[in-house]
Amino acid sequence: MKRIVDRILGSALLPALSFILAFIISGFVIAFSDSKVLKLASSPGKFISTALSTVGNAYLALFQGSIYDPNLAHGHGFLQGLYPLSETIVTATPLILTGLAVALAFQSGLFNIGAQGQFIFGAIAASYVGFHFAYTPVLHVLLALLAGVVSAALWGGVVGLLKAKTGAHEVIVTIMMNYIAGFFILWILKTTTFLRHGRIDPIAPEVVPSSHLPHLAGANFRLHAGILIALAAAYFVWWLLNRTTIGFQFRAVGANASAAKTAGISVGYVTVATMALCGALAGLGGAVHVLGSEYALTADIAGNFGFDAITVALLGRAKPLGTVFAALLFGALRTGGRTMQANTTTPLDIVLVIQALIVLFIAAPTLVRFIFRIKNLKTQDAMTSKGWNG
Amino acid sequence: MSLELKGITKSFGSLVANDSIDLLVNDGEILAILGENGAGKSTLMNIVYGLLKPDSGEIRVNGEVITINEPSDALAAGIGMVHQHFMLIPVFTVLENIVLGHEATSKFGKLDLTKAREKLLALAADFGFHIDPDALIENLPVGVQQRVEILKALMYDAKILILDEPTAVLTPQETDELLEVVKRLRSQGTSIIFISHKLREVKALADRISVIRRGKVVGSAEPSASQEELASLMVGREVNLAPDKTAHEIKEVILKVDGLTVSDPSGRGLVKDVSFEVRGGEVLAIAGVQGNGQSELAQAIINLEDHVHGSISLGGKEIKGLSVHQSLHEGIAFIPESREDDGLIATFSIADNLILDTHREKPFAKGISLSPRAVVADAELKAKEFDIRAQSVKDPASSLSGGNKQKVVLARELSRPVQLLVASQPTRGLDVGSIEFVHERILAERDAGRAVLLFSTELDEVLALADRIAVMYAGKILAIVDSNVSREKLGLLMAGVAE
Repeated sequence: MKRIVDRILGSALLPALSFILAFIISGFVIAFSDSKVLKLASSPGKFISTALSTVGNAYLALFQGSIYDPNLAHGHGFLQGLYPLSETIVTATPLILTGLAVALAFQSGLFNIGAQGQFIFGAIAASYVGFHFAYTPVLHVLLALLAGVVSAALWGGVVGLLKAKTGAHEVIVTIMMNYIAGFFILWILKTTTFLRHGRIDPIAPEVVPSSHLPHLAGANFRLHAGILIALAAAYFVWWLLNRTTIGFQFRAVGANASAAKTAGISVGYVTVATMALCGALAGLGGAVHVLGSEYALTADIAGNFGFDAITVALLGRAKPLGTVFAALLFGALRTGGRTMQANTTTPLDIVLVIQALIVLFIAAPTLVRFIFRIKNLKTQDAMTSKGWNG
Repeated sequence: MSLELKGITKSFGSLVANDSIDLLVNDGEILAILGENGAGKSTLMNIVYGLLKPDSGEIRVNGEVITINEPSDALAAGIGMVHQHFMLIPVFTVLENIVLGHEATSKFGKLDLTKAREKLLALAADFGFHIDPDALIENLPVGVQQRVEILKALMYDAKILILDEPTAVLTPQETDELLEVVKRLRSQGTSIIFISHKLREVKALADRISVIRRGKVVGSAEPSASQEELASLMVGREVNLAPDKTAHEIKEVILKVDGLTVSDPSGRGLVKDVSFEVRGGEVLAIAGVQGNGQSELAQAIINLEDHVHGSISLGGKEIKGLSVHQSLHEGIAFIPESREDDGLIATFSIADNLILDTHREKPFAKGISLSPRAVVADAELKAKEFDIRAQSVKDPASSLSGGNKQKVVLARELSRPVQLLVASQPTRGLDVGSIEFVHERILAERDAGRAVLLFSTELDEVLALADRIAVMYAGKILAIVDSNVSREKLGLLMAGVAE
């Protein structure tokens, strides 16, 4: 047990230190980009105190917008103050699933840039089943989820098939397939089947309530059962990778395809199966997003979930648990950033600076080791993607 | 120039890699340092070359103590080194690689290679090398690449040259040529430290031999000492260099290869119309210089190659066209040529490496569910049986020494029910003790009535193990001869001379 705890702490140390460094540096960026602070440059005392309060306010707003806001709790009880946390989880839910789609591919030695397109196909299919049919509640939501998973698995599986049969590089194929998916959703939202009656902007009919994912904390919170699905998916990915023969083959091909092949593991099968499963995970993300929080398909339903997923998977070191935490962190930064922008003079974009810095430090463990004077920072399982010839 | 090491000690954590080592190389002398893998030879040389710092001890050149903090200090002191793994840029030309780090420029900073070219050609002529300064490194054979490394050291006036396992990557011919080159260097006054665990070469070359075992100099020997004496000094116990091959019964044909042709994707033939049989209870060795189609032939037998024509039958059953997985399960054990690339997954645990090909089977798997406990339990048994020395079978394979890595591969492949063992260069880069172990296992398979197909470029190995020898040259089997053939005849065949 102690060994397991040590291992988790060991692999969380680098992300945690990177996180702290990113916040310190971003603090300087916030202070020095604030016009009010810069005006006081002539009087050092005031300059420092204003800078500190600006940074403090920004980070306080970030916290209040993402975890707990005492103003909301005032008069409504402690629980209402947790409304921001609920929002954080709602944002993080699809990101966990797309993050897993990228992380699983990394484990098989594949770079899945296609979570965005896979997400879109999951969302389209789930939305269609959600608004077009009417079943009993539990059955309906399950069918809608299943539709999202299957269609995105096919979409992802095509990439694997192309790579296995023709050697086409998955990075190029997934980038191109993202474009196709992006334009496909624009087109399909113009068709009479998908365009909501009486609207000209690209929006599909709302999915019927029987296909909604249930709320978990009452009607006041948007928190829905999607997070449970996402956590179950993370557990599933862990189980698959570490406790099944299929995952064993995935990891074997990811770590040394040549040795795996020599030992009789079919690299083609692993490639197709991995990409189909990755598609399924990202598609589940799309389905959950539609059925849990958006309720209607729009042209930009995917937002940045598919691309942030790459950063999330890298931050989580392509491990399921790590990916969950990284997605929660990104969800918190996103939701908190909005509050920060509204309540302080610090813009939302600073969140991007923080994200970028975290990733930068994760990618440069030597730098973190140097700054904190740590000798044995665990870095050997840092996730690196393979080159073009990989 | 003479080089003297006094009391060099270097530890990594609790491991003492070098324990107060004293060595002396006299002017114009070849000192061979003999030792098994992991004995501390490379650590010592990396200290001399400035890649590592010793904990204590001193280095003297011509009697004067010098400090070497980095390779440039070593170069300035006249010490050059040719590493086991070449430090060349494959897409650069010979000349470009040689001037690397010493680039001369003309006006406006333009690269000026004229002088370097003249010096290189003069130097090459001095040593009788034929070398094209404008050839790209990646297009050159390994032996020539090594000469570029040597020339590079000589270009910058190395008077003491360290050669770290220089023959590990060479063919027998290239090895002979290298030995000639080294002798010529000595005759021109260069002092040489020749690091090796190959007894034949050391005996042929050295003026004096120092033996290192477990970080200590355990003795010195004259080149006239017998191979057995040198080997037991190196390993620290009696060593049996010629494995006992008992007479035995040859059984029915197990592997029959008929008219086998392997091409590369562009249609160029790599293996051309090869036919042979291997019977149960015999070792057929396929000898030949590296790169004459042996790798492709070996891989074709387990259906790892794509463009194959002809027939392969195992125990009377045609297996050509099966998947690799099916081929292995028809009863073939396969030891790939490269442990690191094809035999093992470095980041996987030893236990996981032991089930690479059997992970779908009981007791490791029930359905798709894998039982880590069964995997580890089984690995511990195999580790004991095959003497795999590791702290835990959960350690990554990369933590093992070369010999132990090969034992993992052997343990995996020989634990399945097999009729045929295909072993490709099974002892390449291994130390004497491990070679002995691998040879014993191979002969044990033969004595148990299995067919063994051995691919080897080492003549000693071929002669020690084979019942019959097939020599491959340019993709063809030139001749199949009996194992009592003379070395000379075998050498000629390997060079493509079939009388």
